[in-house]
Amino acid sequence: MNDLNAPDATGHSLRASGCSVRLADRLATVVIWSVALAVTAVFVWIVADIVVHGYKEISWAFLTEEPRKAGRAGGIWPILVSTVLILAVCIVVALPLGVGTAVLLAEFTPIDSLFGRLVRRALDVLAGVPSIVFGLFGNAFFCHVLGMGFSILAGGMTLACMVLPILIRATEEGFRSVPNEYRLGAAALGLSRTSTLFRLLIPAAVPGLVAGLMLGFGRAIAETAALIFTSGYVDRMPESLMDSGRSLSIHIYDLSMNVTGGTRNAYASALVLVVLLLIINSLAFWIAERFLHRRIVVV
Amino acid sequence: MRNINANVFKTLRQVFAISAAMFLLRHGNIAAEEELTGKLVLTGSSTIAPLASELGKRFEKQHPKVRVDVQTGGSSRGVADARKGLAEIGMASRAANDDEKELKFFTIATDGVCVILNKDNPVQALTDEHVAKIYTGKITNWKDVGGNDAPITVVNKAEGRSTLELFCHYYKLKNSDIKAHVVVGDNEQDIKTCAGNANAIAYVSIGTAQSDADEGVAIKLLPMNGVDATVENVRLGKFPLSRPLNYVLKSEPTGLPKAFIEFSQAKEQYDIVKENFFVPLGK
Amino acid sequence: MSRWASDFILVWILRALAAVSGVIVFLIAAFLALESFPVLRHVGIAVFFTDNGWHPIDKLYNLSPMLLGSLLSMAGSVLVATPLGILSAVFCQYYAPPFLARQFRRLIELLAGIPSVVYGLWGLVVLAPIINRIHPPGQCLLTGIAILTIMILPTIALMADASFASVPKQFTHGAAALGLTRLGTLRHIILPAARSGLFTGVILETGRAIGETMAVLMVCGNVVQVPGSLFDSMRTLTANIALEMAYAHGDHRSALFVSGLILMVVIVLLAVAAEILSKGQIYE
Repeated sequence: MNDLNAPDATGHSLRASGCSVRLADRLATVVIWSVALAVTAVFVWIVADIVVHGYKEISWAFLTEEPRKAGRAGGIWPILVSTVLILAVCIVVALPLGVGTAVLLAEFTPIDSLFGRLVRRALDVLAGVPSIVFGLFGNAFFCHVLGMGFSILAGGMTLACMVLPILIRATEEGFRSVPNEYRLGAAALGLSRTSTLFRLLIPAAVPGLVAGLMLGFGRAIAETAALIFTSGYVDRMPESLMDSGRSLSIHIYDLSMNVTGGTRNAYASALVLVVLLLIINSLAFWIAERFLHRRIVVV
Repeated sequence: MRNINANVFKTLRQVFAISAAMFLLRHGNIAAEEELTGKLVLTGSSTIAPLASELGKRFEKQHPKVRVDVQTGGSSRGVADARKGLAEIGMASRAANDDEKELKFFTIATDGVCVILNKDNPVQALTDEHVAKIYTGKITNWKDVGGNDAPITVVNKAEGRSTLELFCHYYKLKNSDIKAHVVVGDNEQDIKTCAGNANAIAYVSIGTAQSDADEGVAIKLLPMNGVDATVENVRLGKFPLSRPLNYVLKSEPTGLPKAFIEFSQAKEQYDIVKENFFVPLGK
Repeated sequence: MSRWASDFILVWILRALAAVSGVIVFLIAAFLALESFPVLRHVGIAVFFTDNGWHPIDKLYNLSPMLLGSLLSMAGSVLVATPLGILSAVFCQYYAPPFLARQFRRLIELLAGIPSVVYGLWGLVVLAPIINRIHPPGQCLLTGIAILTIMILPTIALMADASFASVPKQFTHGAAALGLTRLGTLRHIILPAARSGLFTGVILETGRAIGETMAVLMVCGNVVQVPGSLFDSMRTLTANIALEMAYAHGDHRSALFVSGLILMVVIVLLAVAAEILSKGQIYE
């Protein structure tokens, strides 16, 4: 009979190792729950700060009027329109470019090819370029060299450059994690690689794709420094993509740091931005789930 | 018969000429103004940008075919863009430098600069000498100037800012002598730093500080040499520290830029200037 | 070689798209080099590390304290955010009940989209006064690291979360069948299986940390000095560019672009290090 307390070949007794394993497991559970609680607490702190300082100014008028008195009075409607337009340009440019590059890197390039490694490292470098350098670059390249001037188009394209590395790397990871059996099975059935890609791999890689989208969207909507020099400062309703239009994050920055007495409306605008973000994220999630016919997350 | 006809025609011609002249005189100017069209781009100082933006909006209402686009990027960018022709008008929150004498500067308002402390700081006034010594690190504790026993947190502005140059010029300091604990960019950053730190000292635009203090932000403005730091005192010329807010152009303005400059300097627009907490030029 | 024409077209379209991404990096590097050229021609590169302080108006261009500031804030925030982020993702996937997990994930996605200005404002108005009470001036390296950590946490957390979600079910089922504890499954099965996603997450968050401009500008104090302790004020290269670009011209402006160039060199070095580290280790 085994004596639970007797040491075995490694010097541990069955009971002792069992106990220490269970103890470690319980400790891990405590640590992980504490981390989750701490992160939640900080988040609630920040959002509560925004809500408390900003909710008083929120009204239908605030959302639909034009700004007056440099933003101290009136609303943010033209700014909301500009923001949505900038985001739309960014996504329309970044999504095909990003997913395309990711697919190439993951599916059509051998893992240790020079081209693949160069592109991947170039993307890592791009991910680290400071936002203000992007702004200055966007100003020089899109606004002056390509002649777009201060415009929503220039802003959207600069944002697309910023969002690209995040989108590509996250999507690439999504594709890498699809088990090889899927591809081998498709090949065995005689599917073309194009079919395999669109009908099998993209739906299966959706966790990575959505993570990339969320991070990309988040970065795009949060960006300030890059847009000041490209899509500009004008708070009038834009009439076309070539007009200059202020984004919500620039408006928040101007009101809180530059305009005297603008702090209250800055918080209100921040609140609107948080709600807008919630809506966009939910929408992206719903679209991905609905059109790709698959429960994206395991929970 | 012919004589009467000739006289009638002559009179008619004279009447016609006089009426036409009167018509043109009365409506000629308005016609010239109504024809103002085009886009005006201003770039430069972010201090002036909100003011220029509001002036531009009112100008657009009076001239519906005109668009005034205001962009930021800093005083240096404003001057550079005006020089290169990338913008019709540059905005600079300072006087002209030595290498800018060939450009045309038009002042539209002035802005005073004063020292601020946290509201809870018991010190009520500081002499010029004290301020200079605090900023160069020779006085480091509030108790040496009559306050609490606490280390002073010196707040300075980033290099190149006109407020900093004004400050250094007045207190006869060099920027490299200043020993700061915190360096800030915009006015509001100054104010928020001071409001959050009971032992901070900083200097900001008077209009901004006055407005925030009135709203209850925890700062107070220090008088300078006995003169209270108010926008009114800057207007009256009693307050020693102030800087001009300028439009910069490459050459003498004509047409749309000229109209906008005259508009910005006009007495009817003083309310916008005051609303943005600057000091209008005239009464 | 594939039999279908569509595959051939697809590959070339994809190669063109990928090349565009590479070209952007090259363009940015060229832009920085072009703008830095004037001052480099006047004073050379050595002065950026040896001059007596950063006083561009007096032609002194020593960038090293700010380079150090950037590196310290990046290292500090990555060191803190990575474990917190990975553990948050672990919580989301393996420890939380489904409803809580969904809400927690939405919370993190929201955190990812809050503008740096808002984080900076919160840091300036809420966090800095608190730290000021411990040790003045409150706007210091510690505040900078704290804000940066909060900002980059969503990146690593969401990437880790997606990686964990992609670990094949057979792995976890097999581990359960073998009687491994949750912790054991995590340590020995799941983390290794997800390592390429985690690695990418770390790279992305490091990039974000070193490139952040607005938030560090508002909370780090911006004094050009080598920070002697966590409570000392310091300036990062990015904050330097943002702070002084507005009012700089001539050589001063070029010098700011040099700091951007140096930052890019640092990022390239980090990317090369990542390449060396990952060779053969990360991808099977």
